[in-house]
Parts: sequence; structure tokens; C-alpha cells
Amino acid sequence: MKALRNYIDKIKPHFQKGGRFGMFHSTFDAFETFLFVPDTVTTKGSHIRDAIDLKRTMSMVIIALMPAMLFGMWNVGYQYTLSIGASWSFWQTFWFGFLKVLPLIVVSYGVGLSIEFAFAQVRGHEVNEGFLVSGLLIPLIMPVDVPLWMLAIAVAFAVVIGKEVFGGTGYNVFNPALLARAFMFFAYPSHMSGDKVWIAGLAKGQGVIDGFSGATPLANAAAYQMDKMPSAYDMFMGFIPGSVGETSTLAILIGASILIITGIGSWKIMVSVFGGGLAAGLLFNAFAVNPYMQIPAWQHLIMGGFAFGAVFMATDPVTASHTEKGKWIYGFLVGFLALLVRVLNPAYPEGMMLAILLMNVFAPLIDFYVVEANIRRRMNRTKKVVNS
Amino acid sequence: MSKVIKIRRGLNIPLQGSAEKVLVRLDRAETYGLKPTDFPGLVPKLNVTVGERVKAGTPLFHDKYRPDVVFASPVSGEVLDVRRGERRVILEVVVKADSGDLEYENFGAAPADSLKREEVIAKLLKAGAWPYIRQRPYGIIANPADTPKSIFISCFDTSPLAPDLDFAVQGEEQAFQAGIDALRKLTAGKVHLGLNADFPPANAFAKAKGVEFNYFTGPHPAGNVGIHIHHVDPIAKGEVVWVVNPLDVIIIGRLFLNGIYDTTKVIALVGSEVAKPRYFKLISGAAVSSILAKNIKEDAAVRIISGNVLTGTRVDKLGYLGFYDNMVSVIPEGKKHEFFGWIAPGVNKHSATRAFLSKLIPRKTFRLDTNMHGGHRALVLTNQYEKVLPMDIYPVHLIKAILANDIDRMEQLGIYEVVEEDMALCEYVCASKTEVQAILRKGIETMIKELS
Repeated sequence: MKALRNYIDKIKPHFQKGGRFGMFHSTFDAFETFLFVPDTVTTKGSHIRDAIDLKRTMSMVIIALMPAMLFGMWNVGYQYTLSIGASWSFWQTFWFGFLKVLPLIVVSYGVGLSIEFAFAQVRGHEVNEGFLVSGLLIPLIMPVDVPLWMLAIAVAFAVVIGKEVFGGTGYNVFNPALLARAFMFFAYPSHMSGDKVWIAGLAKGQGVIDGFSGATPLANAAAYQMDKMPSAYDMFMGFIPGSVGETSTLAILIGASILIITGIGSWKIMVSVFGGGLAAGLLFNAFAVNPYMQIPAWQHLIMGGFAFGAVFMATDPVTASHTEKGKWIYGFLVGFLALLVRVLNPAYPEGMMLAILLMNVFAPLIDFYVVEANIRRRMNRTKKVVNS
Repeated sequence: MSKVIKIRRGLNIPLQGSAEKVLVRLDRAETYGLKPTDFPGLVPKLNVTVGERVKAGTPLFHDKYRPDVVFASPVSGEVLDVRRGERRVILEVVVKADSGDLEYENFGAAPADSLKREEVIAKLLKAGAWPYIRQRPYGIIANPADTPKSIFISCFDTSPLAPDLDFAVQGEEQAFQAGIDALRKLTAGKVHLGLNADFPPANAFAKAKGVEFNYFTGPHPAGNVGIHIHHVDPIAKGEVVWVVNPLDVIIIGRLFLNGIYDTTKVIALVGSEVAKPRYFKLISGAAVSSILAKNIKEDAAVRIISGNVLTGTRVDKLGYLGFYDNMVSVIPEGKKHEFFGWIAPGVNKHSATRAFLSKLIPRKTFRLDTNMHGGHRALVLTNQYEKVLPMDIYPVHLIKAILANDIDRMEQLGIYEVVEEDMALCEYVCASKTEVQAILRKGIETMIKELS
């Protein structure tokens, strides 16, 4: 470590202002701080600081994503074996999925981080760690067969339009990962919906057994094919087609518990999203006029991207409500709207993405009213003083 | 016992090196310093020149805009030096103390009860004891022309490694009561004592007469006077509350009991780098070297802080105890790189989050250094500040209003109710390493400028 440190100290002057590579200052800084926590000390204010920083925070989220990602890799292989009627060993299955998912992750990070670095460089900022999470989230909410060039465009769109034009991580209005998915959904709908895209190789149709359907439970439900729906156990465990990381509610819940235990993710948002979904589901049950509205409310929570959205997307601290009271309202509406879109709008089989993006827009409004209430309490106190 | 106010939000930082309850009586320090920088917003004007003889209680400098407010020498002796910084700003006025008995200015002993309000104020001003009275909003020296709606004294300190004030006031019961009597003259409202509900308070506090007791329990900042005001008698726009530190009440009391400006007090020397953390009886403004001598662990690059580690002022080895400070903290400097520190398990790292392994070790104490533990970023996480500020205030929104220089918004969001010490924990926990205290002071300065 000492040798590495000495080497970095030796080349550091070249990357500082006026140095030979001064223009790559941010890039150098990003790599240096990746290897070593900087030696800056406090100068004013509090003399000691909490050990937490954004790198630590983001790495906790990435750790929380691991179960969903690993399961997703295995499931990609598993769904493939179902489609060709083969039976592979566990490692063979996992390896197949690993090779399918890895390029998505590489492209997502490669494109996104390049843009982040470039913007940081131009602005003279340090590189923000926000994309470390977004860059992993994006592949996990894509169908496995998405063409890599499309993914690259979607990532670029999300980072530039979703984040950098607002000033970077911390200033963005929309969740960048969901923006990438929304971009794909509207720009290349044929690659983002239907029965063929969720399983590797299904669209090409090579070796697929006759009559195999790659429909997701959501598609089944939307088509009122309740007999074709997988069992609740399969949906909870995640043995179903869907976006790479979203299928296993169990893996997502493991991630959720990591986020909650470390105190990084807001349990309030998670609970209220599930609560909102449940409430909408129960409402549908009560006024059911078609088979989709009849399915038990709790089953909605383990279908599609609901759980993944609730745990990893809605909880994005930047785009969610910033006030604690607001988080309850925000989360509840995310869950409620997701089911509303899902069940009542036949054009969009999955409502989670749109519900979260919509609530991202309304989160500042919710905060506004929560903060206004606080201001009014304070003003009333002043009025009392004036009157007395 | 009256109602106990439970403070639920906050954070205790368990540091190593709390002071053992042993009182060390020191020989008088060689030099004493009075620092205009201890008083935010003050523009000092010197009353003395280098070489002049002063007594304890002789004004060294005064406030340019309120010449009545003077700052007196804590000891008798000779003015040794006036240290100046950039643009000739006065940093320290240093007095070389007499080695024999101290000479005191005589302000006349008279119980406050026998004096009128104006006479009490005049006496405090003349003796240089007025600056001990500070006002909220803004946390600056009180304006003698104001009448506060109430006066608050917090009789316990919950900050990291804070001295036990019950221990520090032992034997000062009479002076404390005399100080309370003087303060009672200053307000039409009540004098509030904030007491720790978890321990029986010292006699000086518990047997004080003519005061209102409020009991608090909970983590830091439960002992901050700003928190007490917020929960007992919150400040609305246009109102003024005065606050005094209990050890300073004693100094005020002595002025009325004995007619002299005697700033003797008990302070704590604490921190992981102190060999024997203990209590010291000394005169305010003493050179820190007088208590640090041979008491710092060897070969360590240390930071000496007058005050606590969250809000104190950094002083060098030749520096002086701050005017309001009751403790000196010594912690290691953290100027070192840590290999992959952001992913290390973190057995020895403290955090308000549970993202480090140290959370699993019950009752662990920490040797924290001055490292920032990360680079400065835009604010990303939410509900960090709220968890450590037990007030009905939205701290992040307030900070953003200050950054946007939006005066109406600052007022609406409660800038009158907070000073740096109340939001120091926000700065500690911030994952984006925001300079919360500096920003807040900037906002307060803006308010003072705009509203005067």
C-alpha cells in the first residue's frame, strides 16, 4: 500500500492545476479517492466528522443490490432452459445468465461514468458517486435481450438529460435509472414490451419448444389469462420472466433489509409504497368488475417491478420527498398509482416506472406543503406575541 | 419535580478521554489572553497599549459600536502583546500575570436585590461581565438596551466529553445564587434553569431560589440552551431571550458578592490524547500550555480545541482558553490517507448510520481524529440532519435558504431559534461534508445586517 501511495504522491503534481495533465484533475481525483480516503482534515466547524461519506453510502446500496443481481443472473439462465426445454446444472445456468448480464453492466457503467467524468472535468468538480448505483440499477430493470447500443443511448440520455443538465447528482428531478427505462420504453417499445423480450434468445426463436410463452405474470393478468399465471410461490421466489433484477421479491427483500439495517434507505418510503399498493389492490377487490381486479391485493406486490421499485427506486433520496411526513404521502401515492396504471390502463402493463416518475415530479410539491405547515406553526407563535 | 421534557432526536458521540473527577489546582499561568474572535460580529477597539499595567477588571478593549460593552482583563499584570492577523484584525490581547497576589479593580460589593435594574446593568458593563450574557436570536452579546422575555441557563452539558457542571459548581452555591439574583433583575419574565433529569443536580442548581426548573433527558443536544428555549419558551420574530452559562453566572455572582471581577472557574481537560484527563481550577483566559504541560501523550500530532470537539475553537500550543469555554479537548490530527477506507468494515469508526461494523460493539468508545472521511458533495441524503436536531425545524431547508440568501425564507424556517452549537451535529453526520456551522453563521450575519 505504501508503494502505491508513494507512486500516487509522485504523479499527483502532474494532475494538479498547471501540471502536465491538469485537465484530468477530476479523473485523477476520482481514482485517487477510490483507492485512498483523502487526508483532508477539518478546518472550521466540527472538528470530528462522521465516518460516512457518499462512497460508503453508495457502496451499501450496491451491496444491497447484490442478491437481486445474482439471482437475476441465475434466472436469466433458468428461463432460457425453460424455453428450450433443457435441464442444466446450477453453475451452467448461472454462467449463461452471467455472460448475458455482464455486457449490460459493462456498457451501462462505461457510458455513464464516461459522461460523469467528462462533466465533472468541465465543471471542475469532484466526480459524484451517484452513478455507481444508477449504473447498476439500469441493467437490472432492462429486459435481458436489449441491444447494447440502445442501452448505451438510454444511459446517455438518462445521465445527460436526467441529471447533468440539472447540475449533477443531488440536483436531479427524476430518478436517472428510471429515466433510462422510460426512454427505452417510449423510444423502442418493441424491445421493451410484449411476450418475447424477457427471455434470452426468445425473440430469435432458435430451439424454443413449441407453444412456449415468455409472457410475464403482468401480461397474463392484463390479458385475463388467470389460469396461466404462475403460482404465488414462484412469483415471490422469482422463477418468472421479467426484467433482469426485478423478479425475485425474496432477493429484493434481502436488499431492503440491508438498506434498512444500515439506515441508508428510508423504511418509511418502502412501507408506504407497499401500503399504497395494498390499499389500491383492496379497493380493486372491493369493486372488481374483471378478473384482473379480482386477484388478491397482496399478489400485486410480488408481481412485476413493484417490489424492486419500492425498495430501490422510490427510495432514491434526491428524487423522493425530502421531509419525513412527505415520505409517507409520496410512498403511498407511488404504490397506489402504480396499481392504478397497471390494472386500469391496458396500454401500460407495468405501472411502477410511471408512478415513481410521476411522483418524482410531485415530491417537491408535497415537501412544499409540509414545510409550509411548519412555517405556519411558527407564524402563529409570532401572531400570539403581537396580540398579547 | 416538574414535567420532564424528553428529547428523542440527537446523538451522543462516545469519545475516549472523559475527565476523571479529580480537581487539580494550578499555579497561575504565566500569560492570559482575551480574544475578540470569541465574540461573533464584534469590532474591538483597544483601551490599552502594550506595556500598560492593568488590574483584574480593567478594560482591555471595547465594542466599537457599543462603547459601554467592555472586555476586562482577567488578571492583574502588564499588557504583553496585541496579536494581530490579516488586515490588522486583533486576534489576542495578552496579559502577563503578576506572580504575587492579584490586584482587582473594586466595583463595590452590593447585593443585586438592593440595586435597581439600571444599576445592575451598569455594574455588569463596567466590570466587563456583560459579555457573559448572550442573546438569542443570533448568539451574540446581549444588547443592554433590550429587555429579554426570559433568561435561560442550561445547567448540564451533553456535548462530547463535556465537563460535569454539577462537579464544577461545587462550593459556589452562594455566588451562583448571587448571580441568579442579578439576572432576575434584568428580565420581566422568568429565569429558567435547564436541569438533567437523569441525575440529581448539584445543590447550587437544585436549591437556587427565584428560578423556574425545567428537566430534560435525552442525547446531545439535550443540554443545549437553544433546545431548552425551543421546548419551553420558543422565540418568535421580534422576541429576545438571554442566555448565560452557569459557570459565568458564578462570575457575575462574585461581582455582586465581593465587588471584584474574579473569573476563576473549573474546566475539564479531555480527549483521547490527554494522558490524565482531569478538572482544573483556573482563571478564565489562561494559556492552555499551563494545563497541557506534560499531559499530552507523546509523539502524536494533536489538535488542541478550546471547547468541545463539535463547536470549539482550534488553538495552538501557545493559545488561550476561550471566553465562554469550560473545557479543552485534545484529539489526534487525521492527516493521513486510508487505503480503501470507504469500504473497510470500520470497527474503529463512528457513524450515526449503521453502515460500519462498530455499531455491533456495545458501549464502544472511539478515538476519533480530524479527518473529513470523504470529499465535499452536493446534498444527497435526507433525514440525516433531522435525526440530530430535536426542534420543529427543517434544517436542510433552512441551510438551503441561507445558501440562496433568501432572508424571508430564513426567517420563516426558524433562523432565530438556532445557533451553530444546535446544528453542530448536523455538520458531524453530513455524508456530503457540508460546512453547516459556517453556513449558519453566514445566514445569521445576513439577518443582523438586514434587520438593523
